[in-house]
Amino acid sequence: MSAPILQVRNLRASIAGQQVVEDVSFDVPATGITAVLGRNGAGKTSTLRGILGLISRRGEVLLDGERIDALSTHRIVQRGVGYVPEDREVFAGLTVAENLALAERQREPRREFVAQLFPDLIARREQRAGTLSGGQQQMVSVARALLNDNRLLLVDEPTKGLAPKIVTEVADALAEAATTVPMLLVEQNLEVVRRLADQAIVIADGRVVHTGTASAILDDADLTRRLLGVSAEEHA
Amino acid sequence: MSTLVLTLIIGLGLGALYFLVASGLSLIYGLMHVLNFAHGAFLTLSAFVGWAVAQAIGVSSWGGFLLSVLAGALVGAVFAALTELILIRPLYERHIEQVLVTVGLSFAAIALFEGIWGTDPVTVTGPAWLGQTTSVLGASIPNKYWVLIIAAGIVLAGLVLFLKKTRYGMIIRAGVENRAMVTALGIDVRRSFTLVFAIGGAAAGIGGVLAMHAMTYVSAHLGSTLLIFAFIVTVVGGLGSLTGAAVASVLVAVLQQVANTYLGGTGDFIVVILLAVVLLVRPAGLMGKRA
Amino acid sequence: MRSIRDLLPLIVGAAVVVVLAVLPLLNLSIPGILPGATYTPGSLALMSLCMVFAALALSYNLMLGTAGLLSFGHALYFGAGAYGLGIVLQAAQLPLVPAVFAALLGGIVIAVVTGAVAMRVSGIPFAMVTLAFAQAGSVLVRRNQAVTGGEEGLSLNTAGVPDWLVGVINTRNLYWVSLAVVVVVYLIVLWVDRSRLGHLAAAARENDLRVRVLGLQPNRAKLIVFVIAGLCASLAGIAYLLLQSGTQPSAVGADLTITVLVMVVLGGVGFRWGAIVGGVVYTILDQRLTVLARADAIHQLPDILRVPLSEPLFILGVLFILVVMFLPGGIAGTVDGWVRRRRGRAVPDTGIAALEQSDTAGVVAR
Repeated sequence: MSAPILQVRNLRASIAGQQVVEDVSFDVPATGITAVLGRNGAGKTSTLRGILGLISRRGEVLLDGERIDALSTHRIVQRGVGYVPEDREVFAGLTVAENLALAERQREPRREFVAQLFPDLIARREQRAGTLSGGQQQMVSVARALLNDNRLLLVDEPTKGLAPKIVTEVADALAEAATTVPMLLVEQNLEVVRRLADQAIVIADGRVVHTGTASAILDDADLTRRLLGVSAEEHA
Repeated sequence: MSTLVLTLIIGLGLGALYFLVASGLSLIYGLMHVLNFAHGAFLTLSAFVGWAVAQAIGVSSWGGFLLSVLAGALVGAVFAALTELILIRPLYERHIEQVLVTVGLSFAAIALFEGIWGTDPVTVTGPAWLGQTTSVLGASIPNKYWVLIIAAGIVLAGLVLFLKKTRYGMIIRAGVENRAMVTALGIDVRRSFTLVFAIGGAAAGIGGVLAMHAMTYVSAHLGSTLLIFAFIVTVVGGLGSLTGAAVASVLVAVLQQVANTYLGGTGDFIVVILLAVVLLVRPAGLMGKRA
Repeated sequence: MRSIRDLLPLIVGAAVVVVLAVLPLLNLSIPGILPGATYTPGSLALMSLCMVFAALALSYNLMLGTAGLLSFGHALYFGAGAYGLGIVLQAAQLPLVPAVFAALLGGIVIAVVTGAVAMRVSGIPFAMVTLAFAQAGSVLVRRNQAVTGGEEGLSLNTAGVPDWLVGVINTRNLYWVSLAVVVVVYLIVLWVDRSRLGHLAAAARENDLRVRVLGLQPNRAKLIVFVIAGLCASLAGIAYLLLQSGTQPSAVGADLTITVLVMVVLGGVGFRWGAIVGGVVYTILDQRLTVLARADAIHQLPDILRVPLSEPLFILGVLFILVVMFLPGGIAGTVDGWVRRRRGRAVPDTGIAALEQSDTAGVVAR
């Protein structure tokens, strides 16, 4: 078993003085997708943002054995961490092409890979990102993270608010991407989790309350209901 | 009729001046959320240095004039960049303190200028053509306003080209929308901060030299009066919007001139009313992002 | 049963007021700071000015420190008091007391109108509106020569003013008036801070949303605090007019508000005694540095040092920058931090640092 790509130890994070992550510790394996599960407001997004330094945080975070918890966000990302934020956060006033160009960090970005995954985006290169549909914006957001050779992707609720057909497309893209880079995936859609995730951690009130394989958690209806407040079949 | 033409064109010229000063303010606020009170000081210093350069080369020559404008732009850019590096950057994310520090800088700078150049205004002259007039539709337009309009046009075009065609311009446009996401793409926004300050300072510097010629004097307080109008323009146009600043500059200046000519010198007053009205009806400004 | 500990600040405060009241009768000298002994008109005028500006600083601290309202137009109300009284005395030929009430009323009306309009927005737009209003006031004053004396300023029409308040011989009485004003303003500010109104405004400053969720109306509280602050500023303006026997346009514009901001930040935002210290320190530096600059020691310095040092506002500006960058709690905040640390207590964020954490900062940055 190779060393984990990400190790989080006693992460604490706060927003405007309010503690949103109490004490989170977990490992992310160097391959595959690790899901982050939990109810609304449990601190899943804040954990991701804390790892990236987008919010004020304390604790230890190691990327491939190196401490990144004292670095500023852009330096962490430069070390090979891709981010697909909740609510997409594309730049509405810029074109699709500009949104993608902004994300390119290396001399030879993986343009063909992205073009092959998202042909629709290439057709819409000159379109202002603000006029895209939710699903298309999500594609831009994911594409941004795939353009570079990242060591880890942090993906936050990529299927939120999307129509079922688009959800499938996004899940397909993520599955394809996961063959080349490990992912930490926050997701509320348990069907997507079941399809994509290998490992899973469950967060409640800013702490990790359970870890295990995704299937083990989702197959156990009682466990799922207790930890996530819903049944695995209902929440799809 | 000729009075109307005169009023409108002077309004346009004054609007050009306001735009030169407000463009930097708007970009700086849009990207960095810093209200730069020291902008007036950039302007004033540029004017003083520009005047010194013009005197060295020859006040009535076009060469002297152009070089003084260039010198003003350079001084403005350098002063602004230094301000950002020394005072603003250390206060990253502490926006109130950043505003206050620019207030302190403005305070100290104006006092220093008074110490160096005295409190009395210094009369300024330029190439003969500037003091003459051109006839348009029966109105005699002082030529200095053409220079202002042309300069503002060039600066606007330059800024738009920069924003649309360069990578830094793209970063700034994205940063004005969502600064955090730009850092989450691995880009060090702080470099853009210095750049934006420098650009704003250069524009203010050009504005300062031209303002000096327009008003035929330079003094330590040259920047302060202009700064207030630049603030009003920036807020009316929408903080962070370059086109907003351009539109608002013209709107505010023309309104001011019309009120001065036809409503008995109440121009300054009307501008304040306009600001109040815009803020009550559309707090984000004419072209600002809706809150 | 109130313990001595509780009553201590009250006792200290009363003692300070008594000492100040008695000063004009004493022959104390503070060389360097006061131009002469404490009974001389020159020193009394300086100390009176200090107290007038301390009152103005207290009123601004109420607005910024308690309600979290960053206004750039506070000088408007100061000028309204000064010009208001001057104009009423001149035009209406009223005796002093009714004229003062008229001026205060004018100040309140202006504060209510401008405050209500300005508070439709918050943060930077709010600051800009207040700035614009002050500028409008400054322009109005400068252009209406007939009424306000224009650029030259308005001199005090002494017809309605009792004899004991006019003339250099009576500087002592003006000193006591100024002392009364700063004490009154302090008591008003203290009362507001301790009242439900003050607590509501402070809570809204910290977290506007939380206050609204509780069903309360933060904006009304803030407006009331705004108007009270304006009233106190007008009172200070009235004292200013009497003290200086006149007023000038610079008492209305943005420059004076920035000056008050400097006083309050230097003293420590959120601390009443900090505002007083800030007002006093600023006034003394401003008035005395020009004298100091003429001293031989400075005169002999090379130009590059002499020029900046002979401009008091330059030194104040640099001091201000240093305070903002390194001592955001100001004088009072820093002292408060020392005292707390010595007592082994936690040191909360004070001054500007506290404002940064509060809602005010979030709104400013939007």
